[in-house]
Amino acid sequence: MSRLQVGIVAASGYTGGELLRLLSQHPQVEIVQVTAGRNVGKFVHNVHPHLRGQLNLQFIADEGLQPCDILFLALPHGQAQQSIEHYTTLAPRIIDLSADFRLRNPADYATTYAHDHHAPTWLDRFVYGLPEINRQALIGANYASGVGCNATATTLALWALVRAGILNADQPIFADIKVGSSEAGSTPTPASHHPARSGIVRPFQLTGHRHEAEVRQALRDCGDFDVRMAVTSVEMVRGVAVAAHVTLPTGLRERDLWQAYRGAWKGEPFVRIVHEQDGLHRHPEPRLLAGTNYADVGWEYDPATGRTVLLAAIDNLGKGAAGSAVQCMNLMCGFDETTALTFGGIYP
Amino acid sequence: MSNNNVECLECGADIRVPNNVMQGEILKCGDCGIELEVTELNPLTIDLAPMEMEDWGE
Repeated sequence: MSRLQVGIVAASGYTGGELLRLLSQHPQVEIVQVTAGRNVGKFVHNVHPHLRGQLNLQFIADEGLQPCDILFLALPHGQAQQSIEHYTTLAPRIIDLSADFRLRNPADYATTYAHDHHAPTWLDRFVYGLPEINRQALIGANYASGVGCNATATTLALWALVRAGILNADQPIFADIKVGSSEAGSTPTPASHHPARSGIVRPFQLTGHRHEAEVRQALRDCGDFDVRMAVTSVEMVRGVAVAAHVTLPTGLRERDLWQAYRGAWKGEPFVRIVHEQDGLHRHPEPRLLAGTNYADVGWEYDPATGRTVLLAAIDNLGKGAAGSAVQCMNLMCGFDETTALTFGGIYP
Repeated sequence: MSNNNVECLECGADIRVPNNVMQGEILKCGDCGIELEVTELNPLTIDLAPMEMEDWGE
């Protein structure tokens, strides 16, 4: 059977590089074209050196794109919505990794991203691309949005107890989030300059993070949850670690929480419950997940007070971006959902 | 749950018990990692095994 032909728009960033790495190992697709702004003419391995010998492709300009079966858009936020009509003439299936088609309500873009949406009629045509909560809608879909990395980790941290009705929308939820430097993208800034960033624990955005709207939307069927994020940049390249602080009823048993987590995640190929009684790795840790599409979830609960911390860890470029996008593609195209995504990470 | 299995006292997971299990043997839960001690064989009875708390240097 011939392989589906894939193109990636703006493939020179970190997310594009992760897409290339994953798709180059996918037996049912062939990457046939990759675009890049300032890197036109360069070979893929000139920009993504870990892919030397894996792909023999040169970046082309956007204007040179040819029709193909699937198009991934890895553009900076705000650009895909301006050209979506053009891209849909090139491919019947599109997966946009930016925030441009994640939110269903056009008004949310004005309040969250401070501008009106340029293609509001397209919002309903895109399916939100987090398979763990939206799988049925993704199967056979033509258009999928990407996911926000911090939103993904937060949604997955909360989902089991929200779904089980143990965590209700009667309290604000404070998600303390530690993130690595690759979240800031591949374009250097004064903030990413090594002498300024190395060793930091830098409060980045403690209120009003854009991904709050995405989590609220993801949980909306279960209630109107008031989710607040506080994001801190730490000494890490890849990774997101969420600790969401909530209050649950007192007197719950550990096995009640286990039951809720198993109810949500049993059979999910990429979500693992990490809640060990002893050892070094008792809770989710992002370092173990670098390069993978896994999300580890867990919790710490005080039965005397009900104070609870809900935990999740992911690779922001994996489950938080390119990994979920490839998982979406697998569902959209009828492939095995786990194809090209089963790498288990490295340790130590 | 089969006859050779017990339910974890902490998390409710199914824990397989070897056919030749001995009294005093420690079983470890693969889900939550807790250790359970076989306190009786007839009937098969388990209890939480004492755990040594770790010093995290705090």
